[in-house]
Amino acid sequence: MNKDRAIQIGFTGIASSSILVVGLIFLFLFKEAVPFVKQPGLTALLDSRWIPVSFQLERFGILPLAAGTLLVTGIAMLVSVPLSALAAVYIAEVAHPLEREILKPFIELLASIPSVVLGFFGLVVLAPLIKQLFGLNSGLNAFTGGLLLALMAIPTIVSVSEDAINSVPTSFRNGSMALGASRMQTIWRVVVPAALPGILGAVMLGTGRVIGETMAVLMVTGNAALITSNPLSPVRTMTASIAAEMGEVPFGSIHYQALFWVGIILLLITFGLNFVARRVSVRYGMMR
Amino acid sequence: MKYPRLVLTVLAITALVFNTGCSNNGNQQQPASAEQSRYLTIKGSDTMVHLVSQWAEEFMKKVPTADLSVTGGGSGTGIAALLNNTTDICAASRSIKKKEISLAAQKNIHPTEFKVAMDGIALVVNPANPINQLTLEQVKKIFTGTVSNWQQVGGPDQPILVLSRESSSGTFVFFQEHVLAKADFTHNARSLPGTSAMIQNIATDIWTIGYAGLGYAQQAAEKVKTLAIAPTAKQPAIIPSEATINSGEYAIARPLYLYTGNEPTGLTKEFLDYALSAPGQAIVRQAGYVPLQ
Repeated sequence: MNKDRAIQIGFTGIASSSILVVGLIFLFLFKEAVPFVKQPGLTALLDSRWIPVSFQLERFGILPLAAGTLLVTGIAMLVSVPLSALAAVYIAEVAHPLEREILKPFIELLASIPSVVLGFFGLVVLAPLIKQLFGLNSGLNAFTGGLLLALMAIPTIVSVSEDAINSVPTSFRNGSMALGASRMQTIWRVVVPAALPGILGAVMLGTGRVIGETMAVLMVTGNAALITSNPLSPVRTMTASIAAEMGEVPFGSIHYQALFWVGIILLLITFGLNFVARRVSVRYGMMR
Repeated sequence: MKYPRLVLTVLAITALVFNTGCSNNGNQQQPASAEQSRYLTIKGSDTMVHLVSQWAEEFMKKVPTADLSVTGGGSGTGIAALLNNTTDICAASRSIKKKEISLAAQKNIHPTEFKVAMDGIALVVNPANPINQLTLEQVKKIFTGTVSNWQQVGGPDQPILVLSRESSSGTFVFFQEHVLAKADFTHNARSLPGTSAMIQNIATDIWTIGYAGLGYAQQAAEKVKTLAIAPTAKQPAIIPSEATINSGEYAIARPLYLYTGNEPTGLTKEFLDYALSAPGQAIVRQAGYVPLQ
């Protein structure tokens, strides 16, 4: 009896350790970031410029960074969502079993390419291509970054959506067919709507991956902290700023604390996304 | 029964880890007294960390009993450490200020300066760009954003794409301080994570302009063009080279220093002599800086 109890406690501990870790990360982030509230005050984060190193006036506005992240993520999702949703439907419903055996592993293989390698590919291959295509002077811009990130989101979205489509009971399909619906009608009017919550969850997961991605965007977005909605202009994302600046920033300086605030906001965004994804799934009855 | 055993194991492992940690520290100190190994700490400029650690590595190969530790933190931090007697040598990419000298005098420290290398920054453009020279003033205007078209500096009607380095780079700060006269870079400047990314971009995109240490610019001479810079509009433009930087003709250059607290003796002197020797100066060139003379 005692042994059972001990094992149970042990497993509960292991299972909840990740909660503990997340809690500690939050605590640590806030601990490093808190002095910023006193000097120069949280309103400094709402500045429209990010100039962390300056002999004139150091400015720590997160807005341009958030705008950069938003723009790059938006482009990535616009490209990857339709592509991967269609790919998932095709693989799950239309493709030959043999095709499926080849397609699925290869799409999933895309997920295992390290992001630095993808970033390098973006810098050397994709950026010059985009430059030529749009007649630009430089290929380092939000669009190139968005395309690269789309490449990273696709495997996640395809794989999870395909699982969602597969989990639609066969009786749905049989019922639809029995009512005289064609194969395409069955797919679009019955199977896909039934799998929609799962597909939405997949999209959220993909968005999470895109927002958190660092190396690839650091290499191809040009990293100019501008507030812009022009996809062909350079942008600087939140993750890239942390990665580029954290290494050399004077420990404990205002710049250092500002970077922790960027981290906190990033964490809050991904938390929000996960929360929304869960609510969507629960509402459509995906989770029990 | 399992539970306490688990706790014990964890405790044992923790104890083990801490123990080895401590004994490691002990081990490091022991040979110090036994083999007469000598310590030297060098602290200071982040720009120079790479150069100084290469010197230190080669020096330790030559003098096996020497044990050197090199840390960055910035020239100011290094000088402060020198005044507090927490470092033997300070590496600085600027000369010591009067205020710091008087502070040192109060503590009975008399900093001695050794110029050990020159750091020159070249402005680079794509070889297809017809511009061959700019004045210092024009460079400043381009990088602060006042001038944004090549036409305004005598080139074709094309926008200027300004490339800069990340703010963590020593070259960034030097450029901002000496060329931009402490003004901010234009916010349209694309920041690149390293010199190689800078060279790569300038080589592929025609209307870009960027900056790099002279050593790197010379290594990439086939891919990018180095501009001649005129200190003022009336003076002739000077192409950066080891000769023009040493003579002081080329404007965007600064000396790099090592400082000691007092007249160097013993290991400190040996290290300084090594840095100024022919092999030491060869390392300067390897690290992308300009050797003296």
